[in-house]
Amino acid sequence: MKLRVLRLLAVVSVPALVLAACGGDDAASSSTPGAPADEPALDGDIAVFAAASLTDAFTELGTAFESENEDVSVEFNFGASSALREQILAGAPADVFASANTSNMDQVVDGGASTGPENFATNQLQIAVPAGNEAGVTGLDDFANADLLIGLCAAEVPCGELGREALANAGVAPSVDTNEPDVRSLLTKVEAGDLDAGIVYVTDVLAAGDAVESIDIPADENVIATYPIAALTGAADAAVADAFVEFVLSDAGQQVLDSYGFDAP
Amino acid sequence: MLHAAIEVHLGAFRLDIDVDVDDGEVVALLGPNGAGKTTALRVIAGLQPLDNGRIELDGSVLDDPAADVFVPTAERPIGVVFQDYLLFPRLSALDNVAFGLRARGHGKASARNRARDWLERFALAEHAYAKPRTLSGGQAQRVALARALATDPRLLLLDEPLAALDAGTRLQVRTELRRHLATFHGARLLVTHDPVDALVLADRLVIVEQGHITQTGTPAAVTARPASRYIAQLVGINLLHGTATGEHTVRLDTGAELTVADPLPGLDIALAIRPQAIALHRQTPDGSPRNAWAATVTDLEADRDRVRVSLAGPVPATAEITPAAVADLDLAPGISVWATVKAVDLTAYER
Amino acid sequence: MNRRRPGARRAKQQRAPWLVLPLAAAAVAYVAVPFVALLQRAPWSNLSDLVGRPVVIDALRLSMTTALAATGIALLLGIPLAWVLARTRFPGRSAARALVILPMVLPPVVGGAALLFAFGRRGLLGGPVYDSTGFLLPFSMWGVVAANTFVAMPFLVLTVESGLRAADPRYEDAAATLGASRSMIFRRITVPHAAPSIIAGAVLCWARALGEFGATVTFAGNLQGRTQTMPLAVFLALESDRDAAIALSLVLIAVSLAVLLPLRDRWLSV
Repeated sequence: MKLRVLRLLAVVSVPALVLAACGGDDAASSSTPGAPADEPALDGDIAVFAAASLTDAFTELGTAFESENEDVSVEFNFGASSALREQILAGAPADVFASANTSNMDQVVDGGASTGPENFATNQLQIAVPAGNEAGVTGLDDFANADLLIGLCAAEVPCGELGREALANAGVAPSVDTNEPDVRSLLTKVEAGDLDAGIVYVTDVLAAGDAVESIDIPADENVIATYPIAALTGAADAAVADAFVEFVLSDAGQQVLDSYGFDAP
Repeated sequence: MLHAAIEVHLGAFRLDIDVDVDDGEVVALLGPNGAGKTTALRVIAGLQPLDNGRIELDGSVLDDPAADVFVPTAERPIGVVFQDYLLFPRLSALDNVAFGLRARGHGKASARNRARDWLERFALAEHAYAKPRTLSGGQAQRVALARALATDPRLLLLDEPLAALDAGTRLQVRTELRRHLATFHGARLLVTHDPVDALVLADRLVIVEQGHITQTGTPAAVTARPASRYIAQLVGINLLHGTATGEHTVRLDTGAELTVADPLPGLDIALAIRPQAIALHRQTPDGSPRNAWAATVTDLEADRDRVRVSLAGPVPATAEITPAAVADLDLAPGISVWATVKAVDLTAYER
Repeated sequence: MNRRRPGARRAKQQRAPWLVLPLAAAAVAYVAVPFVALLQRAPWSNLSDLVGRPVVIDALRLSMTTALAATGIALLLGIPLAWVLARTRFPGRSAARALVILPMVLPPVVGGAALLFAFGRRGLLGGPVYDSTGFLLPFSMWGVVAANTFVAMPFLVLTVESGLRAADPRYEDAAATLGASRSMIFRRITVPHAAPSIIAGAVLCWARALGEFGATVTFAGNLQGRTQTMPLAVFLALESDRDAAIALSLVLIAVSLAVLLPLRDRWLSV
């Protein structure tokens, strides 16, 4: 549906642009899905601040976007959404923000740094255990076991907040050994076997491949994380920023996200 | 009894001396700076190893490279008084003196008691709790000596014991030190560059120059017949070298000829002239003194109630005259004078 | 009679070369301005509230304890190491010194990761120890101490080594002539004479340990009351509760000043 709207917009804007450009620019071979072939080529650099759990998916999205727009370069800053939010509100030079939860995005919007965020993906939680699952973890109940080394994300970051919600849903009071500052460092410790189990996103487990095994959380206990994305008002290159957001929301973008384990918004 | 045959190589410098010290004897190693005296002392103390030779104290071998024997410093029955005393700054005088006793296993109280006895013997009882930096030079030296003696060593080594004192204090402390040294009955070896220290404190002198011994003997013997220019200068005597050209005449290395009263003892001659025996004149002297030469004044130096006049010329020497004479003769550096000395005032001995 | 202030004459004698003062002032300003900005943003109105919360008390207690413990270990191991580096000669001495200084150069997180590889549950040493005794450093207070010691000890070693080099070795000769054994010389002469550099080194080490973050969070983890030190608490609070973060920072600064200000010049000089 989005694509149709865009096509409509494009058709309408082409005459306007042609009039404005008066035959100046060469038509780029830009085949960004959704952007008509005869729109002027995108040109610029953007900085995308994205949640840590989006690292692999967005890196691929960035490469794809760059290869379809030769004069564009995309730089990423991956980190905990809360940390990124703070940086943006403090005036960091970001063009796009993709958050792992809506509350961080809301705060950015409230801070006047963005308008019109859109949800582009959802994620669910999963229990990650080291390959081999030596501790024999079977579900959230094991998180109450004081003999196991259990890790969660810190409560201040989205994955930590959601993880605690899932545990509450399951009625488990966890015996936590560490609250890692972001989901990637938690995953690293599980992978290395320094922890027996941790609650991370489904996408993280997928990204870790064979190094990590996973245990599903029943749907009635699990929590859905909604990921919004928005171009920021302070963007130096608004056109490119908007185009990237559209790319993420496009079919091609959604396919990439799906391949990494994200669900549709 | 110390037998030390010392051979040490330090880069280009070579120290090669033999020193024996009997119980009850005070021997002074006297020599210019850089002669190797302090090195010799450090080797005897074990702070530096021998390259060749042997050090034996009371029959026990302390260092013998050939036999691969080396007794570490801490196990040698010695006491050392260092040039700067090296009193431990954070310990009181009492604890400094007690240190060696504590090191040898005495309890704190017993060590302190014996240390107190030593301080009393050196009239330092009231400074027992003072820190070294509050002590005067003389007091610090006595504490250092007490500290070294407190452990009943078999050999006492002193490195320039008066060097850290100013001239006024040195005089008094030297006399006291002589008295204190006399109370210790083991072997005593001191190292100094100051001839007066050596002459006052020692029973026997060992003169060390550039790593070698140039003379040994009692203070009287050495001052009477200095064997090298250094020693002669040290004791304030002019020493000239020459060759006998007759029974009573000596041609100096500079070419000048001097006549002596007594028959010459050999061919290679050392002539000793006391500075006081040289007379100075502005004009050619009356009469016909056998020994007269033209000289140029190069320096005038006041020395208590006398003036030492350095003379350049065929007979390089230093004369000693009264200030009145200096005024009479109107002497100043650069002035030409005539110098004379009586034949009977020239002492000749074989080199 | 012209009466001058007693300090005036002395001040005249110590006038600095003209370039030195402005540069020194710039240095002080550069360090002072961020603190001033921090103070300006501080939530003075509800500071006592924020500071009294359990998370703050726990973090402070943990920071103090672990920094002190790390300094203690650094003294115990670092002084002998400094002595060996300063006084002995052996092949590979420069390599040893470079190794000891390495934690200063490494990003702390790298240090933390390396500590995990060594002492983690599957670590080189940690694995066998865990398998046989069940003892584990990560996720415990001793893990924090280990991380702190790793990053802070080099400061102590370097400082003490330089102090030992500067010390007069002749006092040790004198002690030897009095019959002191090598261990007695070390205890009663070497270490007391090196006291100023030991104090300075301990202060540096303690300060570094107090501020340590990267190695701690990577190796020991983050758990209130057990491994969440002040720097970790501040880091997390920065994203969720700015005011709390600033309050925590102020507490840390106040405590540090309380320790650093009373340091007398003469304890730090020879």
